[in-house]
Amino acid sequence: MSMLVVNDWVDFKTLKEMLGLSDGNLASHLKTLESNDFIKIKKEFIGRKPQTSYSVTDSGKKAFTEHLDALEEIIRQSK
Amino acid sequence: MDQRNQHLENLTEIRALMERSSRFISLSGLSGVAAGIFALLGAAAVYWYLNISPFDGQNVYYITAENLSRGGMNYLTFFLMDAGIVLVLALASGIFFTTRQARKKRLKMWDASSRRLLINMAIPLGAGGIFCLGLLYHGYFGMVAPATLIFYGLACINASKYTLNDIRNLGILEVILGLISTFFLGYGLEFWAFGFGVLHIVYGLIMYYKYEK
Repeated sequence: MSMLVVNDWVDFKTLKEMLGLSDGNLASHLKTLESNDFIKIKKEFIGRKPQTSYSVTDSGKKAFTEHLDALEEIIRQSK
Repeated sequence: MDQRNQHLENLTEIRALMERSSRFISLSGLSGVAAGIFALLGAAAVYWYLNISPFDGQNVYYITAENLSRGGMNYLTFFLMDAGIVLVLALASGIFFTTRQARKKRLKMWDASSRRLLINMAIPLGAGGIFCLGLLYHGYFGMVAPATLIFYGLACINASKYTLNDIRNLGILEVILGLISTFFLGYGLEFWAFGFGVLHIVYGLIMYYKYEK
């Protein structure tokens, strides 16, 4: 999500490289995010190769911001 | 303790990154349409003033204009006033439609993203404006129209990073138009009318139907 909130569109390959996840692992996380309407998908063809890119939705951005706020709360409260 | 601060710092960092990469999305296509209409009206006013029609040919302006004093003012005053009024009206309507859009999306009109957009548009436009003053100062009147198109196009290409990306293509077209018009100085007004008028209306409508309908 961090990557998606600072870039307009990120493709699967870039996500995989940056996060160091396997195809299946990444795909399942992306599926969960998408089913919650936090991200949207775009499938294109670069030449003849298919490329899937992802982008954050408004609700996804909102949820992520709340997530960050919650993390901050937890950190601040721990001594 | 240190780890705690480290985590907090990471959070601040990513929040800052999010802030910096947010685009100003309230830009309304209708402002483009309005700007285009005003530009066409402004161009029409010039044709009326010079008493000529579009595509009459090169040098008609210079010959006609030099000897003209209509409406109680000389041609330079008229052109500058014309351009000035078009600019003010275009900006005003741009702000009007964009504010309306922002309100509809329940977003703020003046925030970090709109400020970023304005600054990054202002730099190329400001440079272009001063350059055009330089052109006028040296008497290169014919080069002003191409220069305005080129600088404006570059400003749009740059601005597209900070607002809706569709502006990028508009910018590219304006630059190409400006470059072509450099070699057809006699038709400056026609190129100007097309670049600031027609293209804006077309792009305004495209963006309007894409985002607001």
